[in-house]
Amino acid sequence: MAIPLAYNIRNLTVRKTTTLMTALGVALTVAVLLAVLALVAGLQTAFQSSGNPLQVLIMRKSSTAELNSNFSRAAFQDLKFKNGIARNKAGEPMASLEMVTVINLESVDSPSGMNITLRGITPIGLEMRDGLKIESGRWFQSGRREIVVGKSIEKRYPNAHIGDKLKFGRGDWEVVGVMSAGESAVNSEVFADLNQVSSDYNRSEVLSSALVRATDEVAATALINDLKTDQKLNVDAIAEKEYYASQTNSAAPIKYLGVFVAVIMTVGSCFAAMNTMYAAVARRAKEIGTLRVLGFSRGGILLSFFVESVLLSGLGGILGCILVLPLNNITTGIGSFTTFSEIAFQFRVTPAIMVVGVLFGIFMGALGGFFPARNAAKKEILVALREV
Amino acid sequence: MFRYLPLILKNALRSRRRSILTICSVAASLCLLGVLMAIYHAFYFGEATPAQALRLITRNRISLATVMPISYRQKILQVPGVREAMVMQWFGGVYKEPKNVFARFAVEPARLFTLYPEYITSDEEKKAFIRERTACMIGRAIADKYNIKLGDRLTLSGDIFPVTLEFTVRSIYDSKDNNETMYFNLDYLFESLPAGRRDFAGTFVILADNPSSVSGIAKTIDDTYRNATVQTRTETEQAFQLGFISFLGNVKVFLLSICGAVTFTILLVSANTMAMSVRERVREVGVLKTLGFTNAAILGIILGEAAFLSLIGGIAGCIMASGLTFLVRQAPAFIMQLKTLTLEPSVAALILLAGVVIGVASAFIPAWNASRTPILDSLRYSG
Repeated sequence: MAIPLAYNIRNLTVRKTTTLMTALGVALTVAVLLAVLALVAGLQTAFQSSGNPLQVLIMRKSSTAELNSNFSRAAFQDLKFKNGIARNKAGEPMASLEMVTVINLESVDSPSGMNITLRGITPIGLEMRDGLKIESGRWFQSGRREIVVGKSIEKRYPNAHIGDKLKFGRGDWEVVGVMSAGESAVNSEVFADLNQVSSDYNRSEVLSSALVRATDEVAATALINDLKTDQKLNVDAIAEKEYYASQTNSAAPIKYLGVFVAVIMTVGSCFAAMNTMYAAVARRAKEIGTLRVLGFSRGGILLSFFVESVLLSGLGGILGCILVLPLNNITTGIGSFTTFSEIAFQFRVTPAIMVVGVLFGIFMGALGGFFPARNAAKKEILVALREV
Repeated sequence: MFRYLPLILKNALRSRRRSILTICSVAASLCLLGVLMAIYHAFYFGEATPAQALRLITRNRISLATVMPISYRQKILQVPGVREAMVMQWFGGVYKEPKNVFARFAVEPARLFTLYPEYITSDEEKKAFIRERTACMIGRAIADKYNIKLGDRLTLSGDIFPVTLEFTVRSIYDSKDNNETMYFNLDYLFESLPAGRRDFAGTFVILADNPSSVSGIAKTIDDTYRNATVQTRTETEQAFQLGFISFLGNVKVFLLSICGAVTFTILLVSANTMAMSVRERVREVGVLKTLGFTNAAILGIILGEAAFLSLIGGIAGCIMASGLTFLVRQAPAFIMQLKTLTLEPSVAALILLAGVVIGVASAFIPAWNASRTPILDSLRYSG
């Protein structure tokens, strides 16, 4: 028969301070790991909710980002009438010619300024962004130096509110609206009239990239293949979803550092948990002897102490999850070396991440609890009973 | 105080397993604290090398991805205190496979060695690199990693620039700080671009005549172009590199909050151990008091034990941390500052101090309680 679980729980509650301190040690370790995971999850959400599965992004051959790509108006005229491109209600092909560059804005975090993606876009391009809507203000008018900023930009940059003027290109641009599109990367971009932006940057003929929507998924794949092999256009085509997904690696440096920290902290916490469990075993030598006299097997005792350690660190895991919960929905920003600009996103402490946290805590307890439990199980009855 | 030293040592060694586990645990945490603080130190307090202290970088105010006219050099050279200015253009591109990452810059070879005196290579190699238009110079680390020898061919296919360039390796340089960069001739890049898209500069690297004139130069250059169409931002090379770090996110907050969490964890671990160890010897404390030990002496003995354990942990932690920084230095150069990451003596001292302070602070409550328990109570205590 196994030793009842209640025995372990009572033991943990009797040694309140020790239990709590050990659990907190585990909790902090779990919290550090979870904070990093939440950051990565947040960034992933932002990129995964960007893009439409039917849309294809077209850039110059071998360029990896819209920023260093170029695409001419003439090529766009050829592109527009390719097979498989969907049409909107008005019967126009859903193809958008865009120009992407970066501008520098001062933020609270970095007074020397951060880079922001500026996108010159046409009405059809706006139509192709799913869920895009104006939160306040209005859209820019064509032929004017007016911009609409993403909602994350409005939040993070004090100089980018409606009515503010930003200086780039050949003059002052007025912020006339704030836009949002779910959780997508659009929230960290600035939109303006394509023709105005391109003339300000002397790029009226050579713009950055084109985005097209296919009629269905089969057509999208066919379109990608068709474009890649088109000698005349000489372009690379990539699914819009894939383009954004590949940018998740911007968090890689922070992720590596976070995992490194978590691993070393785990080692430390394991030793600490081991210490606590050894002390528990030593103090309860008499109890162990008594349990053995009562007929509980060595295996039962091993399991019991092991379970106690797991309970202890499981508690730590739960505490760790609670500690990181306040991080949820905090907005932060990371620079991407693909777009050379900052993307803002929110920490996401998802249920999956919390499960990972508790499991990680339990893992630490299992690692730290095994040797003390074996030590307890090995005790000889007579010696154990005689110990003080 | 010191006459109790043997007693403190004996006490610390009494439960070997516990002491070792505590030391290991404290060591792991302090090692981590050491590495993080070394990183923080390298980022925000790092001393510029003598050569670095003389260099400034001018770039387009809007962003690194936007260029400046090459003609800006004339005015920059006229600024008092400027000895030399060279165009340095990031090329990017792909060498064989996208995963082969190292920095590639188009530069003006004739000026390069004035600006970077720390690059060591033989005079013949230097001359060959300067003379030959399609020559390139690579750092020793790149040569070793990809097994490239002098005279080898090397091809880069561009991404920012729609060209494929073929080079001959004419020089391999050594440098203490950075030998993972490839340099080649800017003229070669310009020639391969269409006529209308030449003669730009991504950055200017500027050499000042002495470190004190650096800030004045930066201001003068930026003021010169304040009302121009293309404005500039000039900063020291160090500040420029720091800009890359801030690009990775809010690194400062990230490092500091982890340091905080780690410190707090050590506090917990160490307090826990000391509480356990004191609880075990309440009766003994009673005996000591009967023998005439004062409360203060007992407090001192227990605190001394805590300090001893955490000091040993701290020393082990520092040794591990310097080992880890060594490993970081061997990793591919993604962030410049990490190439020279070391555990500075000042940081190590700080870690040891932090360890001892944390150890003593955490032991204080159990020690205080033990020293004040009345003799009769402690003798009657059964554990």
